[in-house]
Amino acid sequence: MIGLVFVSHSRLIADGLCQLADQMASGAVKMASAGGLLDEERYTLGTDTLRIVDAIERVWSEDGVLLLVDMGSAVLSAEMALELLPDEKRSRCTISNAPLVEGAIVAALHAGMGGTLAEVNAAAEEALHARKVDRMVGGVKRET
Amino acid sequence: MAQEITLGQLRNWLILYADRIIAEEEQLTRLDTAIGDADHGVNMRRGMEKVRERLLDPENHYADVGTLFRSVAMTLISAVGGAAGPLYGTFFLRAATSPNSGSRVDLSQFTRMLRFGLDGLQQRGKAYVDDKTMVDAIQPAVEAMEAALASQQSWAVALAAAKQAARLGMEHTIEIRANKGRASYLGDRSIGHQDPGATSAYLLFETAVAALSTSAPLKVNGQEPAAASPRSVPTQAGKQKNTD
Ligand SMILES: Nc1ncnc2c1ncn2[C@@H]1O[C@H](COP(=O)(O)OP(=O)(O)OP(=O)(O)O)[C@@H](O)[C@H]1O
Ligand SMILES: [Mg+2]
Repeated sequence: MIGLVFVSHSRLIADGLCQLADQMASGAVKMASAGGLLDEERYTLGTDTLRIVDAIERVWSEDGVLLLVDMGSAVLSAEMALELLPDEKRSRCTISNAPLVEGAIVAALHAGMGGTLAEVNAAAEEALHARKVDRMVGGVKRET
Repeated sequence: MAQEITLGQLRNWLILYADRIIAEEEQLTRLDTAIGDADHGVNMRRGMEKVRERLLDPENHYADVGTLFRSVAMTLISAVGGAAGPLYGTFFLRAATSPNSGSRVDLSQFTRMLRFGLDGLQQRGKAYVDDKTMVDAIQPAVEAMEAALASQQSWAVALAAAKQAARLGMEHTIEIRANKGRASYLGDRSIGHQDPGATSAYLLFETAVAALSTSAPLKVNGQEPAAASPRSVPTQAGKQKNTD
């Protein structure tokens, strides 16, 4: 079973996602959060490459690890973290293009069903296209 | 005979750079307040304070330039926390892998290190000139070094040219629109503001002139090198920094 890592600038967001996604997977999927940055014992907003490496190690299995990230330096730090891993692990890690919240939930579900790294990522990235509301203008559904 | 600079001079340069970043923290954060999330100064100060600490620690010995740069890279990667961490981290990490770097470097080796660093930074961040990032200061500076090298200039001439090119690149970011990083969310409203990352990158070349221009090493005495003519960078008005 693949593992999941959630990377956010905010520790609260990443930890909250673990809670949210864990509920979907009924505790069956290994997931770890790497949120925020530890600055002199105190969490601040930011991303931390070494904590991402550590999170990957914690959920690691031969089946691989999917990383879900928010934006900006979360992406750069996740890429940097992969660069610091040994080759055989790096090749089994994927940084997803999925939106963080929806992606985390979908990924937890599909990982729990035993999906491969590629399958789980494909399912999570599908969430990019999910529409939340249909805009109604004068009772008529409007495109986009 | 090509003039060489020593490992000690490179170390002094990095300490001097740390001093300048620490002195400019507020300024850098102010720039990032206008077009970002108001943390570039805090991020860079946090990272460079750690770098400075490590470089001044008498327990730490650096066998060669590669080891020195790798140590700086890993410190920045672990301590900066914003986009500048992986970007400057990759810059120094790739520079460290440039061939022929022993405990002394000549101008050609040093220039090649910077080129390696820039290429790595661009692979990481996918930013090009005119995207309004640190690349706008670093790329022209590296190109100026390469041109000076090709026409067999001295260290002093090459570094002065690099500093001037970095300054123009930094100032040019005021006129352009951001395509990368947080500032890109502002679209055209990013125009009129100087990029914080280009500003911290300019300081790298400004301090290089002071620390590396001469073969007579700048005195550090294992302590603080006197910051050479600290000159302020343009400022913008401020808002508060967020904490989690
Ligand atoms: N993709 C990129 N390539 C090159 N430079 C970049 C890129 N993204 C941001 N930068 C530079 O980084 C500077 C901002 O650094 P800072 O430390 O404030 O990170 P940040 O943008 O706040 O990071 P985060 O993504 O965590 O919000 C910008 O001014 C710009 O010069
Ligand atoms: Mg910032």
